[in-house]
Amino acid sequence: MNLRLNLKATELRLGLPGSRSPERNPELSLLSSSKIDENSHFPLFSPKSVVSRNKRGFAFSEGTLGSNTEAHIIQSSMAASVQESHCEANDTKQNHSNAANNSNTPPTKAQVVGWPPLRSSFRKNSMATITSKKVEGKSGASALFVKVSMDGAPYLRKVDLRAYSVYQELSCALEKMFSCFTIGEYGSHGNEKLSETKLKDLLHGSEYVLTYEDKDGDWMLVGDVPWEMFIGTCKRLRIMKSCDAIGLAPRAVEQSCNRK
Amino acid sequence: MDPNQKRAKAVDRVDSVDTGAASSESTRMCPFPDEVLERVLSLIGSHKDRSSVSLVCKDWYNAERWSRRHVFIGNCYSVSPEIVAARFPRIRSVTLKGKPRFSDFNLVPEDWGADVHPWLSVFSTAYPFLEELRLKRMAVSDESLEFLATNFQGFKALSLLSCDGFSTDGLKAIATNCKNLTELDVQENGIDDLGGHWLSCFPESLSSLEILNFASLNSELLLQAPQLMELGTGTFMQELVSGPVTELKNTFSNCKHLVTLSGLWDATPLYLPVIYPACARLTFLNLSYATLRSIELANLLTHSKSLRRLWLLDTVGDKGLEAVGSCCPLLEELRVFPADPFDQEIFLGVTESGFVSVSRGCPKLRYVLYFCRQMTNAAVATIAQNCPDFTHFRLCIMNPGQPDYLTKEPMDEAFGAIVKTCTKLQRLAVSGLLTDRTFEYIGKYAKNLETLSVAFAGSSDLGMEYVLGGCPKLRKLEIRDCPFGNAALLSGLTKYESMRSLWMSACNVTMNGCRELAKEKPRLNVEVMKDEGSDDSQAHKVYVYRTVAGPRRDAPPFVLTL
Repeated sequence: MNLRLNLKATELRLGLPGSRSPERNPELSLLSSSKIDENSHFPLFSPKSVVSRNKRGFAFSEGTLGSNTEAHIIQSSMAASVQESHCEANDTKQNHSNAANNSNTPPTKAQVVGWPPLRSSFRKNSMATITSKKVEGKSGASALFVKVSMDGAPYLRKVDLRAYSVYQELSCALEKMFSCFTIGEYGSHGNEKLSETKLKDLLHGSEYVLTYEDKDGDWMLVGDVPWEMFIGTCKRLRIMKSCDAIGLAPRAVEQSCNRK
Repeated sequence: MDPNQKRAKAVDRVDSVDTGAASSESTRMCPFPDEVLERVLSLIGSHKDRSSVSLVCKDWYNAERWSRRHVFIGNCYSVSPEIVAARFPRIRSVTLKGKPRFSDFNLVPEDWGADVHPWLSVFSTAYPFLEELRLKRMAVSDESLEFLATNFQGFKALSLLSCDGFSTDGLKAIATNCKNLTELDVQENGIDDLGGHWLSCFPESLSSLEILNFASLNSELLLQAPQLMELGTGTFMQELVSGPVTELKNTFSNCKHLVTLSGLWDATPLYLPVIYPACARLTFLNLSYATLRSIELANLLTHSKSLRRLWLLDTVGDKGLEAVGSCCPLLEELRVFPADPFDQEIFLGVTESGFVSVSRGCPKLRYVLYFCRQMTNAAVATIAQNCPDFTHFRLCIMNPGQPDYLTKEPMDEAFGAIVKTCTKLQRLAVSGLLTDRTFEYIGKYAKNLETLSVAFAGSSDLGMEYVLGGCPKLRKLEIRDCPFGNAALLSGLTKYESMRSLWMSACNVTMNGCRELAKEKPRLNVEVMKDEGSDDSQAHKVYVYRTVAGPRRDAPPFVLTL
């Protein structure tokens, strides 16, 4: 017992100081931290179907958690019990090498093969509906999806930044994508012209600004840097209400004032 | 498991019914000439009834086999094409299903089998006048499609559902050569879309085509579809997929007889009104590729009051489902698919409340497939009360092993309520945190259950034993990632021959358990799929099915028949 404690004290861990790695016990001792969702104990299913998409899939620390602790728990409990069994635990050696670079990218969630039960033709098509279809002739680079949220909209969308080559194209695509929300507010009686004009007013007017979160985690106004640099550094987009954008670079606030 | 021995046994079974009182019976019972008996029996459509008829006596067996025009083969390995051809000489229509259902979810390696070609070879000599072929989860190559197109002169209807191995080149062969085609139905297949203009290969004079469905293909091709609509005006029951919607404005206004509509990938809210004129008579609307919001759906539904079947994406949210409940009183089938099934960060979609809303407004619901991220026992109990006529209840709580999110209890009572209240239930898929109690309920109450799908559930062997000990009509049982072991597997010893198949993957079954099953039951094929690098004593994927054709002769190296 003592020996174990000592080992724990000297253990190379991946988290921020003060975070604890869950017990390597396939049962319920993952529930120690207040952050962990009480519901997510999964003693009843076997980890045999886990396929880790990313070598970092077995990171134990909460410090690397982006958001959803539940998903993390699937990953940790699976990892814990997988180590007990003799199967897929060949990725755990990667853990220690990740200590250095565990900052921004959230750990890829370990994905269960064939779950949820959807046909692959369906999955392929559902992604297709979310992206812009401007991909003719762009077969070189792979897609670069980022999430786009709009204040007040009930859900997020995703766009492929590599599908566009200038800010104008991105802006148009976003207008199209989020038009349904703003139109909703004005009633949708199929009067196309009226709705589109209103939308343009909204996006180009003073109500909303388009912002993005860059690699350093700062929120910036879209359009400040050359396009190539932008797609290299943009992590996610947010269509923000102007009043919330005051915290951004002062230039942004001035610009929106000028538009009024 | 000698196939000849099997064949003899099948015939024996019939003969033994026949002997006993046979001779006096046949003189007494059959004053009809054979032709009359055949004529009478030809009116019997259901293949289950026909099976029963064939067991009565030898005369009836023969009359039935000569009068049968359609054969349904639920598992292509349960019988061989030669046996089918020998028994049924006058078949015009064949339905053939191949791979286990979990192959849809990548749980079955490629090259597993279910090749249609050996069947086509035998059929080309035995049934040169074959008119209809319906394939599900079969491996179909372009060569096979070409063979089909060129060897069956009167061929009329082809349906390919969830098949793979072919490309649009194969479809080109069909379009070019099948002069009498009335139906071409190509859905949910893993096919290579080589573009090309296979649609233009239909001869201009083709007036017979009534059903054309290729919902999963590239929308580029579909620009040509409107031309086809002009052929055979007035008699169309056609499923269309819309490409650039402006091109279809005219087509829709001509679409007075449209009964089903699917696709609409590019549908944005501004353009949806284009299809309103076609909606009045729609009985089936498939919006599972369209990211609609609740308000767009609501507007669409006010024009579609005749809907019986509706497929949606969960972007419509609970509010959208409320609209379904208020607009579609005739609804019998609802399927709600997740727009973003793998991203757990975006918490959206539908919840238990949407489902309850639909159940209140649509008491005729009998088929539901529902993907959600949260559910409660109380909600499901309410739904069961509102819709007691469920025949198919498939609930997928997407997070494996998730309990009732309000009470934190297992979801046992939810499925208990379903099996107790919905006595007509034929198909059930369970999810969420489930103990053996769920299976106790199922075994005890689900008297009409034929298909059960289980994943990440159960606490012990008892769970599976309850099901195998109850459920008198069980035909297909598919299980993944459950703690069921050899005891559970072997508890079904007497049951498996009355079932079509059993699938168990990532459970606790061992090779020894499987070997014992194979030894006790020589008329079953007990197949184990080997996984790379897994423990040799564990049976990672097990597929058990009854057969009269003996062990597979085309099994790939990773499939072991014990």
